[in-house]
Amino acid sequence: MDFLNGITLISNYMLIPGLTYGSQLALGALGITIVYSVLRFSNFAHGEFMSFGAMSSILLCWLFQSLEINLNSLPTAIIVLPFAIIITIFYCILVDKIIFKFYRRQNSKSVINLIVSIGVMFFTGGLIRFIIGPGDKNFFDGERFILKAKTFKNFTGLSEGLALKTTQGITIVLSIILVVLLFWFLNKTKTGKSMRAYSDNKELALLSGINPEKVVLITWIITGTLACVAGTLYGLDKSYKPFTYLHLVLPIFSAAIVGGVGNPIGAIIGGFVIAFSELILTFAYKKIFFYFLPNYLVPDGLLQILSTDYKIAISFIILVLVLLIRPTGIYKGKII
Amino acid sequence: MNNRSRIQILYFLMAIILFAVGIFQSWNVALTIFNLCLISSIMTLGINVQWGNAGIVNFGVMGFAALGGLANIIISMPPTSNAWETGGSFIVIGLMIFVLSIIFSVFMFKRVNFNKRIKYLISFLIIFVGYFIMRLMVDSSIEQIEAIEPAKTGYLGGFNLPVIISWPVGGLLAAFAAFIIGKISLGLRSDYLAIATLGISEIIIYILKNEDWLSRGVKNVNGLPRPVPYEIELQSTEWVLETANILKIPLPEVSSIIVKLSYSVLFLLVLLVILYLLQIAVKSPWGRMMRAIRDNEVSANAMGKDIKKRHLQVFIIGSAIVGIAGAMLTTLDGQFTPVSYQPLRYTFLIWIMVIVGGSGNNFGSIIGAFLIWFFWIQSEPLGLWLLSFITSHISDTNLIKSHLLENAAHIRLMFMGIILLVTLRFAPKGLIPEVKR
Repeated sequence: MDFLNGITLISNYMLIPGLTYGSQLALGALGITIVYSVLRFSNFAHGEFMSFGAMSSILLCWLFQSLEINLNSLPTAIIVLPFAIIITIFYCILVDKIIFKFYRRQNSKSVINLIVSIGVMFFTGGLIRFIIGPGDKNFFDGERFILKAKTFKNFTGLSEGLALKTTQGITIVLSIILVVLLFWFLNKTKTGKSMRAYSDNKELALLSGINPEKVVLITWIITGTLACVAGTLYGLDKSYKPFTYLHLVLPIFSAAIVGGVGNPIGAIIGGFVIAFSELILTFAYKKIFFYFLPNYLVPDGLLQILSTDYKIAISFIILVLVLLIRPTGIYKGKII
Repeated sequence: MNNRSRIQILYFLMAIILFAVGIFQSWNVALTIFNLCLISSIMTLGINVQWGNAGIVNFGVMGFAALGGLANIIISMPPTSNAWETGGSFIVIGLMIFVLSIIFSVFMFKRVNFNKRIKYLISFLIIFVGYFIMRLMVDSSIEQIEAIEPAKTGYLGGFNLPVIISWPVGGLLAAFAAFIIGKISLGLRSDYLAIATLGISEIIIYILKNEDWLSRGVKNVNGLPRPVPYEIELQSTEWVLETANILKIPLPEVSSIIVKLSYSVLFLLVLLVILYLLQIAVKSPWGRMMRAIRDNEVSANAMGKDIKKRHLQVFIIGSAIVGIAGAMLTTLDGQFTPVSYQPLRYTFLIWIMVIVGGSGNNFGSIIGAFLIWFFWIQSEPLGLWLLSFITSHISDTNLIKSHLLENAAHIRLMFMGIILLVTLRFAPKGLIPEVKR
């Protein structure tokens, strides 16, 4: 019994939150990695693109809620997501046409592009705060839990509960669907293959008659989709606040670099590595030892490796370690 | 238009703008803006020497500025009674053990010949053991120190020295941090270096936020001593009373203007000294070498220049300048608030200043800092005025109008983005371009 209780405890406090946060990071890191591998620059504006997607979802959510269109137990955000994705894609393409295209034509260095993306970040951040305000917005509706801790306890008779929030369930399921679709697109379709060819060797791809404008367009469509879904899911799960997305950029970059920049599989792995190391390093192990060890061996204290205050700093520490030991990331990506 | 006349025109314009603020708004506001402009321009000089002259992307401005701020606490605050006796020494010993374990593992990694994986494992284990010994030594003493009157002190305190000393010390602290950060990350190229320095600066802020024994964390350190007299003291001084009488300005205003002016003089002195030294450095063979490395690393290497060393050197110098400016900023504020360090306000805004002013030109960086800081402060009222002008024909009860006016403050982020993007597009070399030599 103790063993099962221990397992439940781990799943409740580590596995499920880790999977959720990991999927959100992975979706974000995928966006950054795809922009990097095709357009060759680190897009600092990606966090704000995510925020933009979340904002579109919220505005549409309010519209739908006022029209009383909803999905009973599921949040309204799911119905509005396709529309929000279209808005975000439109914004990304607009930004590319007005701003990034110029520097692509000039073959600017990647640092210049990076600084340009900071300008885009400022502008988008200001635009978002201007439209929706800097405050906290909660747009979750519907049933809060798929599985309540109490129901689980009654059902299994264990003393530890296992809860699964609706947002967590949706995040995991949607991320899986999106990632499968993305990989199918990149590996099986002709357009996806041309995109990979372009990112692999630009000159050769151009010689083989691949239309660069089309590749760039598709890149932004994918990026916009990923950013909007990741942003909305993060906002749904943790409530939306414009300024949190600026702080989310760094963990996402860490995830992309840890996995290997330019490598989609790496981005996903990196997201989960970051998410789980945050949980593993800040988890208080006392209760787990309580279940797995005989009583007289259970030590005092919380048994945390790092205090919870350092949760977000962990992603930076991992980033620094990876840059030190293996700058190419887990799956060998490109070195800038 | 050549550079000299550009400099003259822009500096003259900036002076007129500041005077206009003084005349139409108030001299207090003008001087507040002027002081922060001076500090920002020192920070931009630090970044400019790295980016403009050596091509190093340092996104860690925030961290170095915060370390400068920390120097204020360490130097100028009175030591907390009993704190050192209860556990200060334990903390120092514990930290030293941790640092030694890191040095030892690095040393082992470099000197011992083994399978690489085993080496990684062993160095990791050494650091891990060092960390646990540190935690064993430090944890209880931290608790004891933080328990000493947590509402007032609860930290180690400082050395109770004059606060001005903290400016060079802030530079030294930042330089020391830059040495370590540079050793770790300068091998990386531009993009990675940007992200790495940004990440490390976040780590520094996290440490300052959470290590209450050092910086009181989110409880802030208030009441830092000042290098200039207090307003209250001035108000009872003879000559201040006389000046107020002659100028027919209320006494509190006169005293606060005098305080701000004395800060301005101090800051201006520091700025001029740093500018003078940097101008000499840029014109010297050293500056020529840095530009050669920036423009073509391979050929500079072939000429026998040690690129790694030079990069580290310039990284340390620039970061130290940022640290000095950070210390001055905290002295001006009179308090140390770790929460206020945001990458948007420190790192990215300073970068906009450098780019807009003209990377590679010290005079450009200074004017960039002045202009951008001025707009950063004034774009709130400007945005409000603009929006009320646009919406002036809409009735006051309109929901859209009230929403727009409510969020007018956030227009300044958009302003900044637009200024940066326009500069990069139409004047990529900035307002005052680098001198062609």
